[in-house]
Amino acid sequence: MSGFRALLHKEILRFWKVGFQTVAAPVLTSLLYLLIFSSVLDTQTRINGVRYMSFMIPGLIMMSVLQNAFANSSSSLIQSKVTGSVIFVLLPPIGYVEFFTAYMTAAALRGVMVGIGVFIVTCGFSPLEFAAPAWILVFFVVGGALMGAFGIVAGIWADKFDQLAGFQNFLVMPLTMLSGVFYSIHSLPLFWQKVSHFNPVFYMIDGFRYGFFGVSDAAPELSLAVGLASLFVVASIALLMLRSGYKLRV
Amino acid sequence: MGTAVSFQNVRKTFGALCAIDDISLEIEEGEFFGLLGPNGAGKTTLISCLAGLARADSGDISVMGFDVVRDYRETRRRLGVVPQELVFDPFFTVRETLRIQSGYFGVRKNDAWINELLENLDLSQKADVNLRSLSGGMKRRVLIAQALVHKPQVIVLDEPTAGVDVELRQILWQFIRRLNREGHTVILTTHYLEEAESLCERIAMLNHGRIVALDTTRNLLSENANRMLSMRLKNGNLLPETLRGRAVLDKGAWVFRLNTLEDIEPLLAAVRESAQVFEELQLVQTDLEDVFVRVMHANEGSGEGNPKRGLE
Repeated sequence: MSGFRALLHKEILRFWKVGFQTVAAPVLTSLLYLLIFSSVLDTQTRINGVRYMSFMIPGLIMMSVLQNAFANSSSSLIQSKVTGSVIFVLLPPIGYVEFFTAYMTAAALRGVMVGIGVFIVTCGFSPLEFAAPAWILVFFVVGGALMGAFGIVAGIWADKFDQLAGFQNFLVMPLTMLSGVFYSIHSLPLFWQKVSHFNPVFYMIDGFRYGFFGVSDAAPELSLAVGLASLFVVASIALLMLRSGYKLRV
Repeated sequence: MGTAVSFQNVRKTFGALCAIDDISLEIEEGEFFGLLGPNGAGKTTLISCLAGLARADSGDISVMGFDVVRDYRETRRRLGVVPQELVFDPFFTVRETLRIQSGYFGVRKNDAWINELLENLDLSQKADVNLRSLSGGMKRRVLIAQALVHKPQVIVLDEPTAGVDVELRQILWQFIRRLNREGHTVILTTHYLEEAESLCERIAMLNHGRIVALDTTRNLLSENANRMLSMRLKNGNLLPETLRGRAVLDKGAWVFRLNTLEDIEPLLAAVRESAQVFEELQLVQTDLEDVFVRVMHANEGSGEGNPKRGLE
């Protein structure tokens, strides 16, 4: 597993060296979301018995985790593919499981770091509870891993930066924005409530929010089951791609 | 000494293009081996299959007795590849790059060897500089250091001196020769045939994905011997009667083709007997470039019927 350690170290060092862009910038974006939405909307509004601003904070934290975990693994892979430096990780004796685990772990770690950053800058704006902290940790990890793995699939599949941008803008962004970050899905018409239940990101945000307030749209056990099942499917696809050398080894 | 690298009936196609067409080749441990051929001959594809960057359609490739597909961890640990393209990771300094690369191969606490590499490749001053800030030649040195960071038994250099200055070439070859003397097997592809001639003990020439010549450098040169004697004479450069018809006039000099070196003496004697005086006398030896051109030319003739041309 020595290859795994070195690859993980490299991936962490890679985003940490440009931390202003990879960690600080998304934290600022989330802070802006919070300030704008909470000042525009009625601050007295309550969702599931929780103040709107408090309700929104866990959603923003989880959204940051998911988006940044995806961005990390996908951008690392596409950059190294386009520049040709991917050869440095293809020539050594690194197995496909090690490869996958290292990229996914680094991605999840960046997601969690950004999430913690968002928590730090937003927690002073509205009171938060910690009704079930274990669920907070579980969804941090599962959410980061899921989107880190998804980023690996996208990074391997995409041949060009604009293909990856398409993935990000037309899939990841809508899935996260329409997942209940800014609202409870119970406030949606019935049809869209049903549609939301097909979005795995909804369960990540809902389960994560349960950790704070002890209330959620879906049961946290169900959310965890959906998260793990999605992780299993996405990880299997990524592992199959890596094992076959798809788009990496001709 | 055993076999360092073995290719057995290796074939690789890209769609309709046949990049490697049934190549079998064995390279001995400790050899300095040259892989030559024009662009698109299949050299880089062959190296890619060896290094696991590409997968052969059929055939077997082994490194130090290990199969490159089945035992890929063993083979990659024993291989150090300097790629042809000037690639680099823009996030890291030279030292970070080499430490990370060591880690990929499971080599920890490698600073002593990393320092030796930096020194031998004249990179010590740049150890803490980001790769982005380095010149092309310096980046090339880092690529070489990266390939050697785990002390591989087999070193593969794919056009390592393409576009680099004389100084780096000398530094590089001095270092690679030393590693070869210490027992490392070296496989080199290059367009600089004089490099191959002076460095490689044995050479394979590839064309259209096939081996068209495989022999020791010495044999290739002697079997394709093409010695010529060139002379210019004083007093009007008039050739003696007895020698006329045996030489051709090239840029003001009479050029005689020699079968053996013993052919020289009768030519000189004939000139002396005619009381002529030499203004200039030169023995022109065959070099690898002549052999290369001749082999490729001969092969072009026989390969015309093959619609599948190789690519790199």
